[in-house]
Amino acid sequence: MSEFFAMGGYAFYVWTAYGLTFVLMLLGIIKPLLAHKHILRSLIFKRKREKTS
Amino acid sequence: MFMRFIYKFSSPPYFYAISGKMLPWLTALFLVLLGYGLYGGLVTAPADYQQGDSFRIIYVHVPAAWMSMFIYVVMAISGGIGLVWRIKLAEIVSISSASVGASFTFLALVTGSLWGKPMWGTWWVWDARLTSELILLFLYLGVIGLYSGIEDKRTASRAVAILALVGVVNIPIIHYSVEWWNTLHQGATVTKLDKPSIHIDMLIPLLFMAGAFKVYYFIALLLRSRNELLEREQNAKWIDDLLEKVK
Repeated sequence: MSEFFAMGGYAFYVWTAYGLTFVLMLLGIIKPLLAHKHILRSLIFKRKREKTS
Repeated sequence: MFMRFIYKFSSPPYFYAISGKMLPWLTALFLVLLGYGLYGGLVTAPADYQQGDSFRIIYVHVPAAWMSMFIYVVMAISGGIGLVWRIKLAEIVSISSASVGASFTFLALVTGSLWGKPMWGTWWVWDARLTSELILLFLYLGVIGLYSGIEDKRTASRAVAILALVGVVNIPIIHYSVEWWNTLHQGATVTKLDKPSIHIDMLIPLLFMAGAFKVYYFIALLLRSRNELLEREQNAKWIDDLLEKVK
């Protein structure tokens, strides 16, 4: 197992490449999901305000 | 039949509903492809006889680089369709692709750098392949910047489409750069006319990873397009109905 993580001495390069890819791809999903919630909420808020005014 | 489907699919409420239903399936498909690709790439594929285990960076580097070009072409073509036929959804697909493409371009550059350091002894060289890929990143950033700089989104889409279409020249330059110029970057091993010069045990995980990245792009694109659609159509009737359901 430790041999697997050592990547034949290239651990730093291999795991940094994979780690960075993982983080950026995850962020690329989380960001629009959060934005979606935010947009829906602000649209609901807007509608309410239009009704009461 | 196909054109009717496209026509229906490009109507905003229909697109919003159907893409919402597609997302869980796409996510499942992505995870299966990714799981198999990672296992094959990191565990079962043998170490390279010249590069040892460092070659395993290929499984993130090459799919990211392929996607950086593929997404650019999608962005330019849908931008062009939006420009000519004024189809709102085409404009949305075009701009929603930009940030996904920019991330993949950045990843291709950085993972390439992390591969270059142990193999070539340098993080960066100004050779044709690397430089043209860097220009691709600037093109994406230009598209994103230009879009956010113009208030009216339909005008912004038109301006961005023209920039994206002009930048398409860069795509064949990236692809053929390793043949046209002497570069440190190795030549194509998979996308060439004769048999790929990569062992089948190394190739199959690469194809799975490429598939996973493509599905990922589709997921990220749908998520962003849905958001963009909600913002652009915020006063439309179908959004009233949608908000009723959400509450």
